[in-house]
Amino acid sequence: MSYEALRQFADSWGLVLMGVGFVAFVGWAFRPNSTAATRRAATSIFEEDQADG
Amino acid sequence: MNRGDNAFQGVDLDDVVTRAGGWLLLIFLCVSAAGFAADTGFAVHMMICAAAATIAAFYTLRQVGREPEAARPDRYYDDVIRWGVIATVFWGVAGFLVGILIASQLSWPIFNLGLEYTSFGRLRPLHTSAVIFAFGGNALIATSFYVVQRTCRARLFAPALARFVFWGYQLFIVLAATGYMMGITEGREYAEPEWYVDIWLTIVWVSYLVVFVGTIVKRSEPHIYVANWFYLGFIITVAMLHLVNNISVPPSWLGSKSYSAFSGVQDALTQWWYGHNAVGFFLTAGFLGMMYYFVPKQAERPIYSYRLSIVHFWSLIFLYIWAGPHHLHYTALPDWAQTLGMVFSVMLWMPSWGGMINGLMTLNGAWDKIRTDPIIRMMVFALAFYGMSTFEGPMMSVKSVNSLSHYTNWTIGHVHSGALGWNGMITFGAIYYMTPRLWGRERLYSLRMVNWHFWCATLGIVLYASSMWVAGITQGLMWREYGEDGYLVYSFAEVVAALHPYYVIRTAGGLLYFAGAIFMVWNVWMTIAGKLRDEAPMTTAAFDPAKDRPVVPARTAAPVPLAAE
Repeated sequence: MSYEALRQFADSWGLVLMGVGFVAFVGWAFRPNSTAATRRAATSIFEEDQADG
Repeated sequence: MNRGDNAFQGVDLDDVVTRAGGWLLLIFLCVSAAGFAADTGFAVHMMICAAAATIAAFYTLRQVGREPEAARPDRYYDDVIRWGVIATVFWGVAGFLVGILIASQLSWPIFNLGLEYTSFGRLRPLHTSAVIFAFGGNALIATSFYVVQRTCRARLFAPALARFVFWGYQLFIVLAATGYMMGITEGREYAEPEWYVDIWLTIVWVSYLVVFVGTIVKRSEPHIYVANWFYLGFIITVAMLHLVNNISVPPSWLGSKSYSAFSGVQDALTQWWYGHNAVGFFLTAGFLGMMYYFVPKQAERPIYSYRLSIVHFWSLIFLYIWAGPHHLHYTALPDWAQTLGMVFSVMLWMPSWGGMINGLMTLNGAWDKIRTDPIIRMMVFALAFYGMSTFEGPMMSVKSVNSLSHYTNWTIGHVHSGALGWNGMITFGAIYYMTPRLWGRERLYSLRMVNWHFWCATLGIVLYASSMWVAGITQGLMWREYGEDGYLVYSFAEVVAALHPYYVIRTAGGLLYFAGAIFMVWNVWMTIAGKLRDEAPMTTAAFDPAKDRPVVPARTAAPVPLAAE
């Protein structure tokens, strides 16, 4: 792949993919009805009642 | 021979003999490589590898006649974490000590000892690698194994491979450290080890990834807790950075020298793409994994906002990777690339502060813990310094600021406010959290000693950072001072002389930080030994027996004594 072609891809489709990917990943955390899931995840680390080895 | 019969009486003898034979072959290969080596450094390194293989063979043979370690699927695999805690403390002290030595060398050149092996140029990478990769790396490996098991509610995947990761990583450290002293270096910031050590680290690192991902795969907790995201981001990105940055060709397969596949400004950019992301993913993402587990656990409160932690994660991943060019302002690097690096660095300020606020606000409603719990105080201080250095960094990446700060001691001050303040303090907090739990102790030997550690370290950082700010700005301003006729007012040596007092203050700061670490060694040592220091608790509710009396009614004049008295 030439430098020109790489640049063309980087500042067109590459940029779009990065932008859409970022918004999708972050947006996933804000999907409706996710409050209970995030609360469950945040408190999951306190459910350790097992013995340590 | 039936393997089952043999295994019944102890460790499988066939297996032990095969493995010992493998080690023997490796010893033979290493010694041969040392014999045919193109240079002395390579020969020394091959002998070190042979020694490591000999130790491994010895421990393999010692298993003969012993009962095999019982597999305990109902227990977490913590042996390797216990070794990791000890290694972290050990390498921390070693790395800080070399730091004090090279700080003294800058103040008083006699400390170079007149030997090439102990000159500043060779000991400086020894210091940076010892604190970043030996102290920080061991802390990351140990805490990641601790956190991934507990958050996944699953025993570590492939414990034998985890043991290889630990010992293989220690061999990497020893090879890197001895190499620097012998002058074996690629000359690439934070990636100085030569090609064969790089290949060894790649093998160790891929094994690390396998152990970590294997544990996540066999988890019994459906959700992968966010700390593991940060750890995984750190492991994968460091693997990618390491592979690309170290593409080089050795002229001899039995020599310690290699040449980079890139040249000129491409090489510089590759190196700083690696260098800055080593900061971003090794020293930030990995340690954030620690923060997102140990701060909520020590505070006994869930993270302030789980959503914010996910935004924090993806923003760091998407932004950090572009920030490297800010190390190459005003160089041959194209202007657009410099500006890109600067813009992404400034954007990084937001997720960094989001993360800091997330950690700090976890204490919302329990701020008194900062007063009563010295471990929380350490963690909060770490977060405060995470915030300060991630504000300072973007500011210094702005081109106009960089024209003053670059190549000066301001940069050194910035790195150390992040390393001593953020990485050091969060690691100390994690060690103090894990040690009593890993060794099954009631509590640490002494909480008050954690407090002493905290204040020594804090005062040390204050001296270090403030002296380097003053030194850096002095240096930058003196370098750019032009006279009326357009000549430079100060010679380089005059600037060095002007910095002497700040170098001395910096050394004092380093000594204080080191003194704090000595308290940690003592505390961790005694905790492992099972001792408890006889000391007053940090806080108790106020009680004054003299005031524990009923109120005498005002009508009865106070001086009148009761008949009974």
